[in-house]
Amino acid sequence: MHVVICIKQVPDTKNVRIDPKTNTLVRQGVESITNPFDLYAIEAALQLKDSTGAKTTVITMGPPQAEEALRQALSLGVDDAVLLSDRSFAGADTWATSRTLAEAVRKLEPVDLIVCGKQAIDGDTAQVGPEMATLLNLPCITYVRKLDLENGNESMRIERATDTGYEVLRVKLPAVLTVIREIGEPRIPGLRHKIRSKKQEIPVWGAADLGLEPEEVGLQGSFTQVVKVFSPPPRGERRLLSGSVEEMAKELVRILKSNNVPGF
Amino acid sequence: MKVIIDKNECTGCGSCVEVCPVEAINVVDEKAVVSDECTLCGMCVDSCEFEAISMPELTSKEEDLSLYQGVWFFAEQRGGEIHPISYELASTGRRLADKLEVELCGVLFGHGMEEAAKELIRYGTDRVFYVGREELEHFNEERYANVLTYLIENYKPEIFLAGATAIGRTFIPRVAASVKTGLTADCTGLDIGEDGLLHQTRPAFGGNVMATIICPHGRPQMATVRHKVMAACEIVDHQGVVEKIDVPEELLESRSELLEVIHEEDDTAQLTEAEVIISGGRGLQKAENFRLIEKLAKLVDGAVGASRSAVDAGWIAASHQVGQTGRTVAPTLYMACGISGAIQHIVGMQGSKIIVAVNKDPNAPIFDVADYGIVADLFEFVPALIKELESSSTCEID
Repeated sequence: MHVVICIKQVPDTKNVRIDPKTNTLVRQGVESITNPFDLYAIEAALQLKDSTGAKTTVITMGPPQAEEALRQALSLGVDDAVLLSDRSFAGADTWATSRTLAEAVRKLEPVDLIVCGKQAIDGDTAQVGPEMATLLNLPCITYVRKLDLENGNESMRIERATDTGYEVLRVKLPAVLTVIREIGEPRIPGLRHKIRSKKQEIPVWGAADLGLEPEEVGLQGSFTQVVKVFSPPPRGERRLLSGSVEEMAKELVRILKSNNVPGF
Repeated sequence: MKVIIDKNECTGCGSCVEVCPVEAINVVDEKAVVSDECTLCGMCVDSCEFEAISMPELTSKEEDLSLYQGVWFFAEQRGGEIHPISYELASTGRRLADKLEVELCGVLFGHGMEEAAKELIRYGTDRVFYVGREELEHFNEERYANVLTYLIENYKPEIFLAGATAIGRTFIPRVAASVKTGLTADCTGLDIGEDGLLHQTRPAFGGNVMATIICPHGRPQMATVRHKVMAACEIVDHQGVVEKIDVPEELLESRSELLEVIHEEDDTAQLTEAEVIISGGRGLQKAENFRLIEKLAKLVDGAVGASRSAVDAGWIAASHQVGQTGRTVAPTLYMACGISGAIQHIVGMQGSKIIVAVNKDPNAPIFDVADYGIVADLFEFVPALIKELESSSTCEID
């Protein structure tokens, strides 16, 4: 069994705060990290490696420094890594990204399962998993919280979260899954894998290696274009209530009643 | 994309050299040659009387674009009931269709929903394409994507809107990839620009930056829209039709099979539809103290939310979590009690209409997004609020 994990390096938004005066992002000293949801994807793949001896390969598309994210995945126990990096990949939207990842997966075939995080925290689109699945003509189950192989690795029994609870599904393999936190907390790197991760060679594939023309990738290969970026409008009153807790409670109920909040 | 000169047709007349605004064309050995200066403006293509110049991707696509007409939206249903996002999409779609002076069409998949389909007309839909099949009663990503792709390829709408719900976000990307066009996720603003294109505005970087996005060369221009961001407006006497559509059997095949649907039994965890959410965080100190939050929530018929730290501490189930790794919510009232307001939490609740924050620490970042701030110990304030609510409701009865 061969499991491919798709990950992304993103800016660490944990320490980012909104500047209340300018209402903009304070990005000073923000480092790059592996997208937190992708750590759950790595964990899901490693659980399959533990239980079935599956071979695991991690891929990412990004600038040369995205190699760090791949080395982190190797330190957690992933077997192999490939970096998809090419100047022509820059500025890709979800379509161009999916296209590039799909070609990389084809090059890694045979592949039984592809695991992604539910979305990346910088763009929050959640589109690359399903779009890549379509280009590979595979089913894609999103928001997966539990997975079990069945029928001699022919299919998988999946639990996926919905807006109102969850569903149990059976999906034929090969398939693409996007996973959420309930799949399992990421493990801690082991010493052996840590040492290996530092030395292991990571091949770099560019557009030509994937058989893609420069017009098919990056900004040129994208359908969507950003035409304007601006700060969101500030929120309303921002009023601190004053007085004793009883007075503030009274005032709050009055405000919420006058705003017709249901239940008040 | 690039300009191609057909060397067999080119006579080296130089008329393209004359029209090129960036001096990117030279005649070398009696043939036109395009340099890297070319900006793909297309002026030369029209200037050549021998039809020796072409810009393959651009010309063929631009011609196709005019074939796409009308604004469409996906009407989501769950358990045979039309989901409120569908009416929000209809109203937004109506506004866009009026600007473009085109038809507004809704697409509904389900079983035995012929009557329910008419509801969409009351929100300004001119035509509802209804595909009634048992196989489409419950959501299946492949079937839904196959059928919608089939409809789009046959009817060619210029704009397609869907809800940014778990369902929309799962299968709409499949459709966009199949019809080969762009898709913008989670839009909070949609308008027709002076260029006639759909201008799609969405939050990025956790909502601290807004970006406006266009899709100039792909059709339809596709967007998912967040629930509860756009208003649903009834147009009482609007006239429209429901058209039943048959689809080829093979589109209903799927490699996944639904075995069981489990609804969350705990009503207070139904966060996405709640009008009021009372949330608790680390400030609650222990699991038992969530009862205070639950009591207040029950009193106002609201749901119970939680920050990640409260969930991580094991005080409450993960289904209550609001924020980046939990649910994104937009209730009328969001009341955060003992939540400091990490950016990951704020991302999940900043779409709420009114935000109230209760925190002991006046410097807690939650106050930056709160409309009303209460700097107090939640263990004093929440009971006072409960008391106030109980006494004010008794007064009304008197």
